[in-house]
Amino acid sequence: MNQENSKTLGWTREQMAARAAQDIPHGSYVNLGIGIPELVAQFVPEGREFIYHTENGLLGMGPSPEPGSEDPDLINAGKRSVTLLPGASFFHHADSFTMIRGGHLDVCVLGAMQVSARGDLANWSTGAPGAIPAVGGAMDLVAGVKTVLVLTQHVTKEGEPKLVEDCSFPLTGRGVVSRVYTDLCVIEISPVGFRLIETAPGITVDYVRERTGAPLNVVSPEVDHASEE
Amino acid sequence: MIDKTIASPAEAVSVIGPGSVILIGGFGEVGSPIELIHALIDQGTRDLTIVNNNCGNGEVGLAALIGSGQVRKMICSYPRSSNSRLFTEAYRAGKVELELVPQGTLAERIRAGGAGIRAFYTPTAAGTPLAKGKEVRTFDGCEYVLESWLKADFSLVMCHTADRMGNLTYSKTGRNFGPIMCTAARTTIVQARLIVEPGGIDPEHVVTPGIFVDRIVQVAEPLREAELIAQGKRYP
Repeated sequence: MNQENSKTLGWTREQMAARAAQDIPHGSYVNLGIGIPELVAQFVPEGREFIYHTENGLLGMGPSPEPGSEDPDLINAGKRSVTLLPGASFFHHADSFTMIRGGHLDVCVLGAMQVSARGDLANWSTGAPGAIPAVGGAMDLVAGVKTVLVLTQHVTKEGEPKLVEDCSFPLTGRGVVSRVYTDLCVIEISPVGFRLIETAPGITVDYVRERTGAPLNVVSPEVDHASEE
Repeated sequence: MIDKTIASPAEAVSVIGPGSVILIGGFGEVGSPIELIHALIDQGTRDLTIVNNNCGNGEVGLAALIGSGQVRKMICSYPRSSNSRLFTEAYRAGKVELELVPQGTLAERIRAGGAGIRAFYTPTAAGTPLAKGKEVRTFDGCEYVLESWLKADFSLVMCHTADRMGNLTYSKTGRNFGPIMCTAARTTIVQARLIVEPGGIDPEHVVTPGIFVDRIVQVAEPLREAELIAQGKRYP
């Protein structure tokens, strides 16, 4: 896939985030990973309220502050300034990961290097020699949060599939991913592997299949319909 | 009269000897006890094992402690940042060892250390390279990794308000590792922006009870890492 195609076909990052937000129920406690997942907060569907958790110790996180009104003691897990919403609370790290590992958070949205057909996730290390390994809270999130959603481009910059039969990068967790939202489609991890449940406008099933590194199950008649909208 | 206050950061850290294991609070720069760290650099104590979520920024605070060659080993979850050159250089040169621990496991190991729980099984990292060499046990069909408590000789923590008994409150997300680190060290050393008389903190609002705190020093206006870095400063 050439660079031009990747920009003009499929969903933008904002559209991917908006699509993922559609699948998060009202009242959910949500942790958004650093990067594209943070965009989800801009697309909360009408009539729903989410409560955002940031693992450094805050529930009820609000949007970025106006320039000049940043509070140096108030940051998110990406170490960027944030604000508080009414009803917010602070807590220490053991309590924060009690929320995560103890199954109290409903949804987390993470980025990915690779996702396997069994729902394995690799998103912390390429395993390259000389790289400084860094994991943060990713392994705790996938181990404990009830529903793990992944937002990622469908293929790498080099055009290699990120949705694969087996992850070649070191794992973050095994069998942990529920759904993947890419620039091309929405894919569910089912007992039989990747299951295509929706394609972006103008994207055909074959187009997705050619760019996916494992068999793609297409069981919903709505898929082809959606691609024609 | 019980009075845990100490006159200066230098005196507060003077009890720290070579080879110590030290828990240092902070998530990035927020909650980092920078004056205590700088006093430890001035003191020159070597062969330290440091536990922190990260590995510092720029050439001040924790990064400067690593850069000064006083740290033998880092135990942390995320040793990368936009500006963590001093750790990266020391690590690549083989001057500092790294034990990488998932963030929640790091927190729980410290909590367990403070609570007298010798080890625990956690689902975090099961099936990943970070479980390698560790005992894995299956409960109810799921794998759990055995993790050991993490105790230390000292902890260095920043709080907002303290009283002379050692009761503490924190400031916003500056709380992070502070309360659990206070519990898991033989000697806990705290820098506070404000020191009040006993009773000056509502007992309902005490976050860390004084039993977990040994030495308190007031630093009313702590340095800000981000500002020092923006000014191109390095320590010492």
